[in-house]
Amino acid sequence: MNVLLVLPILIPFFGATALLLLWRWRIAQRCLSLAGSAGLLLAALSLLQAVYANGIAAVQIGGWPAPYGITLVADVFSALMVVLAGFMGLAVVIYSLATIDAGRESFGYYPLLQVLLMGVCGAFLTGDLFNLYVWFEVLLMASFVLLALGGERAQMEGAIKYVTLNLIASALFLAAVGILYGMVGTLNMADLAVKLRANSEPGLTLAVALLFFVAFGIKAAVFPLFFWLPASYHTPPVAITALFSGLLTKVGVYALIRTFTMLFVDESGRTQTLITAIAGLTMVTGVLGAVAQYDFRRLLSFHIVSQIGYLLMGLGVMTSAALAGAIYFMVHVVLSKSALFLVSGVVHRLRGTYDLKALGALYAARPWLAILFLIPALSLAGMPPLSGFFAKLALIQAGLAAERYIIVGAALAVSLLTLFSMIKIWTEVFWKSPPQPATHGAANEPRLPIGETTALLAPIIAMAVIIVALGVGAEPVMSMAQKGAEQLIDSRAYVQTVLEARR
Amino acid sequence: MEFVLALTIGVLYACGLYLMLRRSIVKLIIGLALLSNAANLLIFTAAGLTRGYPPLVALGAARPAEPFADPLPQALILTAIVIGFGVLAFAMVLAYRVYQSTGTDDLDNLKATDT
Repeated sequence: MNVLLVLPILIPFFGATALLLLWRWRIAQRCLSLAGSAGLLLAALSLLQAVYANGIAAVQIGGWPAPYGITLVADVFSALMVVLAGFMGLAVVIYSLATIDAGRESFGYYPLLQVLLMGVCGAFLTGDLFNLYVWFEVLLMASFVLLALGGERAQMEGAIKYVTLNLIASALFLAAVGILYGMVGTLNMADLAVKLRANSEPGLTLAVALLFFVAFGIKAAVFPLFFWLPASYHTPPVAITALFSGLLTKVGVYALIRTFTMLFVDESGRTQTLITAIAGLTMVTGVLGAVAQYDFRRLLSFHIVSQIGYLLMGLGVMTSAALAGAIYFMVHVVLSKSALFLVSGVVHRLRGTYDLKALGALYAARPWLAILFLIPALSLAGMPPLSGFFAKLALIQAGLAAERYIIVGAALAVSLLTLFSMIKIWTEVFWKSPPQPATHGAANEPRLPIGETTALLAPIIAMAVIIVALGVGAEPVMSMAQKGAEQLIDSRAYVQTVLEARR
Repeated sequence: MEFVLALTIGVLYACGLYLMLRRSIVKLIIGLALLSNAANLLIFTAAGLTRGYPPLVALGAARPAEPFADPLPQALILTAIVIGFGVLAFAMVLAYRVYQSTGTDDLDNLKATDT
């Protein structure tokens, strides 16, 4: 049990170290990253299984008792997030085998991926706010280099914005941690949860809570702090974009959900109202930005922002059902969004462009690819029987039960606009006749070798299968999400496990 | 003492934010450095200042005699300084690479990925 909690951090750590030692052997690097990511996924799955069966698990690193040492905790929500990280890591490593050029490979692409996964898993598993800051920095550092690796002009322009905004967020996070420590005298989240409830200064608590909200909000790309995302996410190779879209903003959302369900529970409901309003604005501005775009990846980048709004809606409504919906939505959106990015990469590989206007007629040439696009696209829009339908259904039912009609209306309208912009991609890329048949026709399409096709399509097929399976058999994941939500709402079990855990 | 530190922190934040609002990338990075230093000082001050009582445990005692300075904020700041140093080094290299590949250090000329 204890080993399971540490493994999701240790496997990528040793993976990255070994990969650095194999700096010159690119083939060995590829094999080892595959093995490492597969190992991470297996460890994550067994952690989730153990946590689901036996309840929350905690371990004190170094044997220091709870409020003083660093605690690693896994409840169902964080274990589920670690599984998602493991899955995305494996999928992206497989996809990278066919798409990442030799230059990036020989300058540490694979070690950086492992460092990123280590940071993400650490952020999901830690039970200490300052430790969370450290993991954030680990994953940010890896993501900075991954974003800039290759040194293309667009990448440089995107990287300077991404780096600046994320460093501001980190500085705010650090300041908030400092004030909170000065106020309460502890940074262990379980200890904080107890002491903040008994705190007599609601004004100061609210101020710190909002400082955390801004810091995590920048990282999660919520309205009005999201502008760095569509300016940078489309610049690196698609494999990196897919990984970022699947994991990085979600770490911000995870931190928001964790802190605002456990630490900053505002009885008066003011923060919930604020979060709900921001959730609505995030959804609407994201999707409106997407509707105006004609670049495949930029359009999808704006949809990342829009989908973050749904996750925040669950946090804003703050009932057990809404949080369960948000957790289920998290699983759904990580898979759907990343699958769409990976499809855009395949389209770029076939036609050499991301410009929707220059694409066309792919349905005739590659009908199976068209279907692989359609499954995550319709799922993102929320069509039954795919995973997106049940995710949105759960959120909207919870919103109606809590009588938050405005946010429910916004969520439904944004679904329609999402469907519209997915249909736009469908018609532009797959259905319409190509604008210049001589240059972009099927005749001069590269014939990909079988190994490359497998590496390109296997992750997308796996994601599409899971999306359909999540929709057709929603029950097991939904009950898991409900269990996770109950643990979030009622933090007593978490606090008890952490404060009583021995080594 | 708290007052002087609070004033310093405020000035550091103000200067950092002002520099970040300028168009030059070099000023942006100096601003980032000031901002992270301001955050470090903020931890130091907010956690409470105790002067002249180092948290040393006497031989044979289980805990230091009261009052003693809280050592944890300094450990936090030390970690944050190391992280800030690494991040700053990366940001400076990035700025240099941006200048190399775009030929400008004016942020207003770096709008190609925005639209």
